[in-house]
Amino acid sequence: MSTVSEKRHIPDQLGTSASRLFASWETFLLCVAVLIFIANSLASPYFLNAWNLSDATFNFTEKALIAFAMALLIIAGEIDLSVAAIIALASTAMGAAAQTGVGTFGIVLIGIGVGLGCGTVNAILVAGLRLPSIVVTIGTMSLFRGISYIVLGDKAYGGYPASFAYFGQGYVFWVISFEFVLFAVSACIFAVLLHATNFGRRIYAIGNNEFAARFSGIHVERIKFILFMLTGLMSGIAAVCLTSRLGSTRPSIAQGWELEVVTMVVLGGISILGGSGRVGGVVIAGFVMGLVTFGLGLLNVPGIVMSIFIGLLLIATITLPILIRRFRYGRAS
Amino acid sequence: MIKLIFRFREMLLVIIIAILLAVFSTRAPGFAKPGNLANIFNDSSILIILALGQMTVILTKSIDLSVAANVAFTGMIVGMLNATYPDVPLPAIILVALFIGAILGAINGLFVWKLNIPSIVVTLGTLTIYRGMAFVLSGGAWVNAHQMTEPFLQAPRHLFLGLPVLGWAAIIIVTVMYLVMSRTFLGRAIYASGGNPTAAVYAGIDVGRTRFFAFVISGTLAGLCGYLWVSRYAVAYVDIAAGFELDSVAACVIGGISTLGGIGSVAGAVLGALFLGVIKNALPVINISPFSQMAISGAVIIAAVIFNARQERRRGRIILRDRGASEQIEVVV
Repeated sequence: MSTVSEKRHIPDQLGTSASRLFASWETFLLCVAVLIFIANSLASPYFLNAWNLSDATFNFTEKALIAFAMALLIIAGEIDLSVAAIIALASTAMGAAAQTGVGTFGIVLIGIGVGLGCGTVNAILVAGLRLPSIVVTIGTMSLFRGISYIVLGDKAYGGYPASFAYFGQGYVFWVISFEFVLFAVSACIFAVLLHATNFGRRIYAIGNNEFAARFSGIHVERIKFILFMLTGLMSGIAAVCLTSRLGSTRPSIAQGWELEVVTMVVLGGISILGGSGRVGGVVIAGFVMGLVTFGLGLLNVPGIVMSIFIGLLLIATITLPILIRRFRYGRAS
Repeated sequence: MIKLIFRFREMLLVIIIAILLAVFSTRAPGFAKPGNLANIFNDSSILIILALGQMTVILTKSIDLSVAANVAFTGMIVGMLNATYPDVPLPAIILVALFIGAILGAINGLFVWKLNIPSIVVTLGTLTIYRGMAFVLSGGAWVNAHQMTEPFLQAPRHLFLGLPVLGWAAIIIVTVMYLVMSRTFLGRAIYASGGNPTAAVYAGIDVGRTRFFAFVISGTLAGLCGYLWVSRYAVAYVDIAAGFELDSVAACVIGGISTLGGIGSVAGAVLGALFLGVIKNALPVINISPFSQMAISGAVIIAAVIFNARQERRRGRIILRDRGASEQIEVVV
C-alpha cells in the first residue's frame, strides 16, 4: 500500500530476551496505560469503581474486535477503510430484519452474514481483481454506507427483541460484560492465529516482502482474500454488539470508526508499512484508547475534541519511533 | 477511431457526460440548456478546485484526506474574521484563506517529506485534528449570513458573461494548474516523482520536497475553497464539506488519475469533478432520493478503479505482479 521504503537497521546482535522485553513497544504502551489510569483516578473521584471501569471497557471492545482483524490485514500490507461502513450496513440489515419479526438468533446471523458478505466484496476487489486496497475500500466505504442511507434516509430502526440486548448490555459474571469476554476470547484466538500458526507466519512474510513470499510458494492472493473476509466478519460481529448496545440503527452509526480502528492498530505497534507488530500491542492499545476517551468523557470534554486527541495520538505514535531511531542511528534514512 | 477514443480517457469522459446530459434532458426538458449547464458548472466549481489539489498530491503517489477538514477550518476562520472585523477588506480575507490553507497543507507535507510517514496515515490524523480545531475555535457555534458583510457574501455571485465569479475562479485555477503541471519544473517533477521515484532521484529531483510542494498546493486550493464555500452557502459551521475528501478522490479516480502515481491530467480531474457534479444535479431532477448519492459515488469510484487498473495493465506485460516491478516498466504514451 505504501511507497515509502525505509532502511531497516540490522543490529550486530540481538539483545537478551529480558532487555528486549523492556525495550519493547508493548512495555512502553503498558506504562502509558498505567500512567493514564493513575491520571484518570486522580482527575475524577468517580473513576475507581468496578462498575465504572466496566463501563469504560465498552469504549473500546467493539473497535478492538475489528482492530485485531485489521492488524492482520495491515501486517500483510493492505488496509480496509470500509469497516465502519460495514457496521452501518450490517446494522441496517439487522434493523430491517427486526422490523419483519425475525428472532434474536436470526438477527445475529444476518448481522454477521452481511459483515462477511461485505468483507468478501472487498476481498474480490482487492485480492481477486488485484486493485489497490486504499482506493477500493474508500469506494466500498461510500457504497456500503450509501446503501444504508438509501434504505434508512433520515429514519432510524428500533424495536429489537428484548433478548437481543444481551450482546451489548449483558453481563457474563458480576461486572464482566459479554462484550469484554468476546474481546478477551478474540484476542486469544487472534494471538494464536498470528503468532503460532503457519498462516500467521505467511502474513508476516507477505507484509515484509510480497515478491519473495510469492516465490516461496505462498498463495498471496488467497491469504489476502481470507484476511479481508475476516475483517468483514469481525466488523459484522462488532455491528451486532454495537447495535445491541445502542438499541437502534441510524445510517450514521459508527461514523469515523475506521480512523479509530486504524489508530488503535498503529498505536499497538503494528507498522503501517506492514510486516511487523504483535496482537498483544493492539490489546494494550485498546485499553489506552478506551481509558483516554473515557477519562476525557469524565472531564466533560466534547467528542470532537476527543477526536483531536486521537488524531494527535495517531501521528505521535508513528512519529516518535522514527525520531527515536534517527536519534539513535543518525540520519541514515 | 473507437480505439483512439478509448485511448484518450478524457474524450471518453466527455462522451459519457454528454450522454448523461442527453438522457437527463429527456426526463427533464431544459436540463441541458446553457443556463442550467452554467449552473451545474458553478455548482461543481469547488469540487473542481479541490480535485485539482488532490490530483497534484495523488500524482506524487500520495493522498490527501484532510482537504475537506482544511475547507472547514479555513472557512471557519474567514467566517469568524469577517464577523468580528467587518472592516477587513475582501482581498485580505482571501489572502488569509490561502495562507492558512497553505500552512495546513505544509504540515501534512512536512510529515511526509521529513519523516517519511505514509500520507494516508498523516492526513487521516490531521483530518480529525483540523476539523476538531474548527470546533475548538468556534466552540461549536455557527457563523450565520447576517453576521457576514455584503462584499464577503456577494463576491462569488457576481455574474460575468453569464457565469458567476465562482465559476470563473474555477476556470482561472484550472488554467493556472494546467500551466503549472505542463510548463513548470515543479509540474514535471510532480509527474516524475510519482511515475518513477527512483528515476526521479537520479534525474536530480528531490522526491520528498516535491511531495511537500504538492501538499502545499493542495492545502492552498483547499484554503481558497474554504472562503468560497462559506460565502457561497452563507454559513460557517464545524461540519461543512464533511466527506468531501472522498468526493475529491473520486473525481480524480474517475478522471483517470492513477492512485499509483504519475498518470493523470488536469483535464481528467476537471471532467471527473464535472461527472460527479452532473449526477449530483440530476438526481433531484429525475426523482431519485438525494440519500442515494453516496452509494452512487461509491459504485462509480469502484467502477473507475477497475477500469483504470485494466487500462494501466494493458500497457506492459508483467510476469509476476509487483508494485516495485511494475514501476520499472517505462510507459511511453
